[in-house]
Amino acid sequence: MTESVPPSAPPSAPETVSAAVARAERVRGPWADVWAQFRKHKGAMLALITLGVLALVCLAGPLVWRIDPNFIESDTVKMFKMRNQGPSLAHPLGTDQLGRDMLARMMFGGRISLAVGTVAMLVAIFIGTTVGVIAGYFRRLDGLLMRLTDLFLALPLLPLLLVMMFLFRDSIASTLGPRLGTFLLIVLAIGLTSWMQAARVVRGEVLALKEREFVLAARSIGTPSRRIITRHILPNVLSPVLVAATLGIAAAIITESVLSFLGLGFPPDFPTWGRLLYDGIAEIRTYPERVMWPGIAISLTVLSVNYIGDGLRDALDPRIRGR
Amino acid sequence: MKFRTALLGAAAAFALAPAAHAERGADGEVKVFYYQAVSTLNAYLSSGTKDVEAGSLVLEPLAGFDQDGQMFPRLAAEIPTVENGGVSADLTSITWKLKEGLVWSDGTPVTSADVKFTWEYCTHPEGGCAQGAKYEGIASIDTPDDLTVVVKFEAPKPYPYQPFTGGTAPILQKAQFEACLGAAAASCTEQNSKPIGTGPFIVTDFKVNDVVTLEANPNYRDPAKPAFGKVTLKGGGDALAAASAVMETGEFDYAWNTQINPEQQAQMEAGGKGTFVNAFGTLVERIEINMTNPDPALPEGERSTVKHPHPILTDANVRKALSMAIDRQTLVDVGYGGAGRPTCNLVPSPAFQASDNTECLTQDMEGAKALLEGAGWTDSDGDGIRDKDGKKLSLVYQTTVNPVRQDFQALVKGWWNELGVEVELKAIDPSVFFGGDAASPDTFQKFYADVEMYANNFDGTDAEPYMSQYLCDKIPGPDNQWQGENINRFCDPAYDALLKELSTTAGIEARGAMVMKLNDMLTKDTNVIIPLVDRGRFSAKSNTLDGFVMNSWDTELWNAQDWTRVK
Amino acid sequence: MLSFTIRRLLAAIPTLLLISLVIFLLVDLAPGSPLSDIPLTVPPEVRQKMLAAMGADQPVMVRYVLWLKQFFWIEPLYGIDALFGTDFAQGAQRIISWQSKVPVFQIIGERLPQTLTVVGTAYLIGVLIALPIGIYSAYRQYSWFDQAGTFFAMAGFSVPTFFTGNILILIFAVNLGWFPTIYDTNLTVTDWASMKAMLLQMALPVTVLALFNAAEISRYTRSSVLENLGQDYVRTARAKGMGEGKVLLKHVLRNSLIPVVTVIALGLPTVFGGAIVTEQIFKINGIGAALIGAINVSDLPTVQTITFIFAVLIVMFNLIADILYGILDPRIRYD
Repeated sequence: MTESVPPSAPPSAPETVSAAVARAERVRGPWADVWAQFRKHKGAMLALITLGVLALVCLAGPLVWRIDPNFIESDTVKMFKMRNQGPSLAHPLGTDQLGRDMLARMMFGGRISLAVGTVAMLVAIFIGTTVGVIAGYFRRLDGLLMRLTDLFLALPLLPLLLVMMFLFRDSIASTLGPRLGTFLLIVLAIGLTSWMQAARVVRGEVLALKEREFVLAARSIGTPSRRIITRHILPNVLSPVLVAATLGIAAAIITESVLSFLGLGFPPDFPTWGRLLYDGIAEIRTYPERVMWPGIAISLTVLSVNYIGDGLRDALDPRIRGR
Repeated sequence: MKFRTALLGAAAAFALAPAAHAERGADGEVKVFYYQAVSTLNAYLSSGTKDVEAGSLVLEPLAGFDQDGQMFPRLAAEIPTVENGGVSADLTSITWKLKEGLVWSDGTPVTSADVKFTWEYCTHPEGGCAQGAKYEGIASIDTPDDLTVVVKFEAPKPYPYQPFTGGTAPILQKAQFEACLGAAAASCTEQNSKPIGTGPFIVTDFKVNDVVTLEANPNYRDPAKPAFGKVTLKGGGDALAAASAVMETGEFDYAWNTQINPEQQAQMEAGGKGTFVNAFGTLVERIEINMTNPDPALPEGERSTVKHPHPILTDANVRKALSMAIDRQTLVDVGYGGAGRPTCNLVPSPAFQASDNTECLTQDMEGAKALLEGAGWTDSDGDGIRDKDGKKLSLVYQTTVNPVRQDFQALVKGWWNELGVEVELKAIDPSVFFGGDAASPDTFQKFYADVEMYANNFDGTDAEPYMSQYLCDKIPGPDNQWQGENINRFCDPAYDALLKELSTTAGIEARGAMVMKLNDMLTKDTNVIIPLVDRGRFSAKSNTLDGFVMNSWDTELWNAQDWTRVK
Repeated sequence: MLSFTIRRLLAAIPTLLLISLVIFLLVDLAPGSPLSDIPLTVPPEVRQKMLAAMGADQPVMVRYVLWLKQFFWIEPLYGIDALFGTDFAQGAQRIISWQSKVPVFQIIGERLPQTLTVVGTAYLIGVLIALPIGIYSAYRQYSWFDQAGTFFAMAGFSVPTFFTGNILILIFAVNLGWFPTIYDTNLTVTDWASMKAMLLQMALPVTVLALFNAAEISRYTRSSVLENLGQDYVRTARAKGMGEGKVLLKHVLRNSLIPVVTVIALGLPTVFGGAIVTEQIFKINGIGAALIGAINVSDLPTVQTITFIFAVLIVMFNLIADILYGILDPRIRYD
């Protein structure tokens, strides 16, 4: 399965930063300041470690913990003994109602949830920023693009996702295989239906930035729009985009869980955190830990991502740095 | 057992304090929870069981069914039979006599004209009546006097009790619904949500898909009933919340259809605030075998049609082995607890037509393996999957999205894997699966899979319409927009012949014997249908509610007039 | 400003028409059938007749045009009739739900009160909590208050509401029995006892929703205030000896609220739409629950009408946000 899931981004975020740090130590560029500033944010550092550990457990854990997450004892007498067990050495997180190992399921689910969350967020942020910048900067396109945003905001998300899954599921599944196909479809579906907030916020920023002196100055010396956008506008909208991105990754993981619960997610024998949480809620009165594990995993992940985003925001914004 | 205890308890309570309940409305309010909220009280426009059941508090049929499936008169004075002359000897007409002195809740008399009107209302071509099947084959209805209704059929009807019986076919008041015939039916909002009836309660407030408030009918025929003066029928949420509201928090007296997993059943029951009540009817969770080839490589329009027989499942040994490998008791213990019991029958009850087919109840994995081995299905290439003549035992197994069904899928997949059968699972949104949309590839009728699992049942106790679903000419296909009911594409001239005989045979015993034979042809003889679990009705009842009797043959609220509060 | 508003209002009309068409086609394309809830005991011929009676067998465009006429002409007529006791509508066919055969606007009327009470209160409380936390957090960046506020906001946003909601129900309603688990829509506040019952049944859902809303808004507020605190005009104001309170409340706040206003205004339509998940968990039969219920049974007229009303609200609040932008930030000119 591992090879069909695109490399997940959470570990890549720290990599970018540390790679940047390594470079910065040689040339002492702006990234060193960012890293120095980031390190001061205790919450963000703690979050970085937490997320790193979580991602590591999910990615490398199955190499050590070699129980198949979908293994069911086919001898029913044994199966019944294995059902609904509490935490033990053999099953550190217990077993579910069919005697499947929860730790293996959590690690497996984590890979999928992390991958879906990050990739969907990237899709949404990419679309949102593009639309927001273009709409804010080019007045002629503003009306059109903002109406498009309104249109998407006003669309009922649920039927839209239903239609997308319905129309494309079979064709994508037949070309890419059911799992990769479903993954791409879910990621695109979530991305395509959650970029609008980012677009609105970015546009608002750009509208204000456009009237600021440095942009007016750049324009007055004849800088082409493309350059103004890449050199002056984009770096300055980075902080709202980061805030939107951190909030977006949370939303993406949660949306995935809602989709899983509607039967539009991955195949039923393919657990994700959202699905495990949803399945657990049916048993919350008898085995509350079955809700707690995925609930805590989702919350911790999202919390960590949010903190990292927060730390990055503080570190990246030169105007508030060192206050 | 619990059911019997509850009954005994009720009887005991009744014996101790008979006088306490002798006054209408004396017991105050009873709160009922239907987690699927009520949309309309008019069963003829309903979108599901919940509406029919809620409507039965207000509207009544001529006759209903008791907890044993026995018919008893409601508005009728007695049940017409051939013996008492109510049913003509040639089985072409049935004569119902209304009780004398019956009045609607508005005080006007109930007459035979109301009964005839009800038939006209439901058979109007533009009305879109949901219970149209109940009134099929009626040639005319005569009303010689105010209390007599003569129903004449186009052909002899060995079972003439379909029209006007059970909660799905209640009598409407002609005066109220006269303007609602045909296309106007849907715009009669006031009538559909506040029908005038003969039942123990009348509607005072109706909030769509939310809450219905009712109070005792001042004109109900028994002056001492109902004991409750007010009913609140609340909807919304899920089965777990419904069960909890009765069993844990005690906010409600009775909750309908509380299918929750067995562990939670035990835990909630231990709380001591209420009990679960169950009753078994005809709802059977089963795996249906596709006798035709669903291969996606076939051109559209030929997939899963009789043109291409299934390459492996047409082998009876394979079907039998698949059935033998399943441990049905485990399925019940995992998924249903008190709400289910293992079965090998398509028609599990009532007793007069239930076959004594119990062979499949014990899992026989070794026997199944030997059977396949003997039939030439061996694992020739060592990949763990049996094959024969280059065909692998590989199946796509589909069902709806539902936690219990996904557990069943996982368990069955495990057993079949052990048997040497490869299984791919698929779960489809129920609104698509049961939606019947001819354009969708995922409906249960299209059956673009090798096996599929769902539950089905029949209305009342007469199994004939149910068994006739498996006739050769009911096979779904592109030519009938996939609307046939013979999901398995099963076709056997002997079956068709026996069914024809059933349609002209009268007498409960004789009909029952034929239904048993038909049942066996589909299940143990051919294993075209692999029954798994007989699913009962399963509801939660507060310990402070008395007189409740669970019923699986009519609506669960069938005896609401007899409910009382434990003092 | 006035001409801008009028221009935007006019521009909104074709947008809304397009939205209504897109929604209609989408909902129509979506898999599922209005008959999926009908028991399987109902035979196919009867199903066909039921579809025909709903008008569901008509071509999409015919149904769309009929819906347009009903929405923009017949329903307003009924509205006028209801207000003034006139009879303009003359019994014309209203938009009727396929599932319940009740006019969709009647359903909305029944559902609006509980949605407004619960979700509206939660939103208001959320905003009231979020603004001070966000502002003070930014002002005292990295203080213990900021850390705690940040953690609160992060946690509020990070924990899914269907996780917190269910756990709150388990602890406070089931185990401790302090609150009811089912929301009573028939309850009207007439005296202290019913007032208490109302507050009790609102407590849990309002808590969950308010925390969630507060988390998001306080993040935006903090981020926006931080941004402004670093601006030159703040330094200038301080340099000329203006009091900190005045700097913060008069200058910084006014400028920081611009993006916050957008977020608050954009979130307002969800007050009407209800928080679907929360309504579901706490068994509040509000508009969100009505929409989900209608989607589940493919009740097209209901889905279409409710989502279109959402669309109208969203477009309206976007416009309001833009106008507020102009009022709050004179640098933005609408010409």
